[in-house]
Amino acid sequence: MLKTFRIGGIHPPENKLSAGKQITGLALPTQVIIPLGQHIGAPAQALVKKGDIVKVGTPIAKAGGFVSANIHASVSGKVAKVDNVLDASGYKRMAIYIDVVGDEWEETIDRSETLIKECTLAPKEIVDKIAACGIVGLGGATFPTQVKLMPPPGTKAELIIINAVECEPYLTSDHALMLEKAEEILVGVTILMQSVSVSKAVIGVENNKKDAIEKLTSLAKQYAGIEIMPLKVQYPQGGEKQLIDAVIRKQVKSGGLPISTGAVVQNVGTAFAVYEAVQKNKPLFERVVTVTGKAVSNTCNLLVRVGTPIRYLIEAAGGIPENTGKIIGGGPMMGKALITADVPVTKGSSGILLMTKEESVRKPMSNCIRCAKCVSACPMGLNPTHLMNLTEFAEWDGAEKNHIADCIECGSCSFTCPANRPLLDQIRFGKGKVMGIIRARKS
Amino acid sequence: MENNLYVSPSPHIHGGDSVSKNMYGVLIALLPALLVSLYFFGLGALIVIVTSVVACAAFEFIIQKYLMKQKASLCDGSAVLTGLLLAFNLPSNLPIWIILIGALAAIGIGKMSFGGLGNNIFNPALVGRVFLLISFPAQMTTWPTPGVFPMTYTDAQTGATVLTAMKEGATTLPSYADMLLGNMGGSLGEVGAIALLLGFAFMLWRKIITWHIPVSILATVAVFAGIMHLVDPVAYVDPCVQLLSGGLLLGAIFMATDYVTSPMTHGGMIVYGIGIGILTVVIRLFGAYPEGMSFAILIMNAFTPLINSYMKPKLFGDK
Repeated sequence: MLKTFRIGGIHPPENKLSAGKQITGLALPTQVIIPLGQHIGAPAQALVKKGDIVKVGTPIAKAGGFVSANIHASVSGKVAKVDNVLDASGYKRMAIYIDVVGDEWEETIDRSETLIKECTLAPKEIVDKIAACGIVGLGGATFPTQVKLMPPPGTKAELIIINAVECEPYLTSDHALMLEKAEEILVGVTILMQSVSVSKAVIGVENNKKDAIEKLTSLAKQYAGIEIMPLKVQYPQGGEKQLIDAVIRKQVKSGGLPISTGAVVQNVGTAFAVYEAVQKNKPLFERVVTVTGKAVSNTCNLLVRVGTPIRYLIEAAGGIPENTGKIIGGGPMMGKALITADVPVTKGSSGILLMTKEESVRKPMSNCIRCAKCVSACPMGLNPTHLMNLTEFAEWDGAEKNHIADCIECGSCSFTCPANRPLLDQIRFGKGKVMGIIRARKS
Repeated sequence: MENNLYVSPSPHIHGGDSVSKNMYGVLIALLPALLVSLYFFGLGALIVIVTSVVACAAFEFIIQKYLMKQKASLCDGSAVLTGLLLAFNLPSNLPIWIILIGALAAIGIGKMSFGGLGNNIFNPALVGRVFLLISFPAQMTTWPTPGVFPMTYTDAQTGATVLTAMKEGATTLPSYADMLLGNMGGSLGEVGAIALLLGFAFMLWRKIITWHIPVSILATVAVFAGIMHLVDPVAYVDPCVQLLSGGLLLGAIFMATDYVTSPMTHGGMIVYGIGIGILTVVIRLFGAYPEGMSFAILIMNAFTPLINSYMKPKLFGDK
């Protein structure tokens, strides 16, 4: 009996069309657009100006606060301008535009393929190196990694949990990475363990990636303290709280931090980035991105430089299909519908999903029949239809008392609703309102 | 082309479940009981079912289109389901005009006056049935005796149900085999225990309902009636007879589980089921009516909002 989280959950069609496709490098674009705010927290502050010459790996923006991350050039060339860009969220944000001239890397970066297992750095040195290299959570949440590796006073890290669940349908970038960079990932996990001084790590992988589980399990024998745990396929298992519950049977209290359970959760892609940063001095400026969709002729897993407009990725996958209705940055459950194909790839881009016109249109909604299927589906133990009603009637007190702020916006409720009610749309709106009220009360 | 992209918040996919799928699922689950009713009550059953279903659908269409000026939502199957469930709660010799009144009460008062599907407080089919039971007590409590495809309708030979017979102090009851198969007097959909249980299994398999409501009702009735039987075996029949007679199975499996009028959490469902079980036995053993299932469900329907506000889902982190 495979483990999974204990409350709610759904099983959407997996549609892992690009599973098993090798990671291929994408040719460089003529210009990259690197947003300054591509992580959770304060945007980074630009260190370069128009006309500056940069190399691959040159710092171009420094963290703008405690919760923030450094940003590095992903190409070599000349800074064209520092200006607004419409990013994946649909808002205009400051970004550094770099015209590509060749592909010259900073000399400090070790570009060899040799595996370096040994790491003798002290925890503090590891964390500093990770911060310097601008590593953020690569599962999509993009939380600065160094912050997670510094447990707040009163909490203690007991183990590292590696999120290799990839529960979003369609996405396969983590899967591809595990198949091709298994050793590097395991070294990365060891370094993460070292950084918070724990002797145990569990890599949670959903059981639809049997080849990756096999590969990691056989290699993990050489690494002390790393366990590979196959998990039952269940969405949203990649949610941090859900994964902790699945792996160590502990639930983070409402409003509490995941570290309160003793678990430090990092994405498997992050573990690889940590390996590259610590062992190879390589900042985070490229990542694996899945390009997929039912009408896409050549679904693929691409190694892409940050800042590349997604148009290039789609062209590498065979171009935009005729009847495309929606371009999604991320997976179909939590990804964002994009307005144009000129949006740049950021550190958090795990996939590009093209949906046909037929798939893109929502069915008309009807009255709630109180079937409570959303209640059964909610992984946070909320009552989505009740929260939707409270939001519609602007009952913010009631919404707060019914824990609207606990919603992780996984979309299981909307996915399940037989009446096609836009539950998450309303709840997301209400959650924003309630969070604002809570913040105002605290200040 | 790119200027015509759809932009909407996540999630971007839907599971494909729909209101009509659930309604038609329940209708399929009712098929075995429908066949049993046709077998034992023949022509009468056919007339009652067709009249009730057509009348419910027609009343809903007329009210939505001409009174509420809405788009008619007939295709969702909920009016057909109400019609079939109402028919299942009627004797097979009921005159057509009474059925029409019942259908109007069910759809008009029970459902549309609250705003249609999803807004009603009480189970519409039961509103129709109880309306008729109070208005036409004589016609609603004469039950045709079952036969093999009888071709009689209002001229059918009648007899008592198991529960009426017990209330009147009768000592001979149908055998368990007859009760399981449906060879006994009663409203046309309630008699075939095995057929109803088949429907239950189907709905569990299709995940249309969960076990909580039916099982908690049946368990409560079994325990409560069992205690009473132990206290006085002469005055109170054994719990197996209670479980197999009257509308208990039909009510527990198909009426009490109505989405709209039952609680939303599993805990709430169990509280609701226990309430129905206790009320049913109390009415059956101590009340004026021989059968208490409909009243019990309607009373607990009224408690559903209260149960919902006390029985919240288990919050993540409370374990």
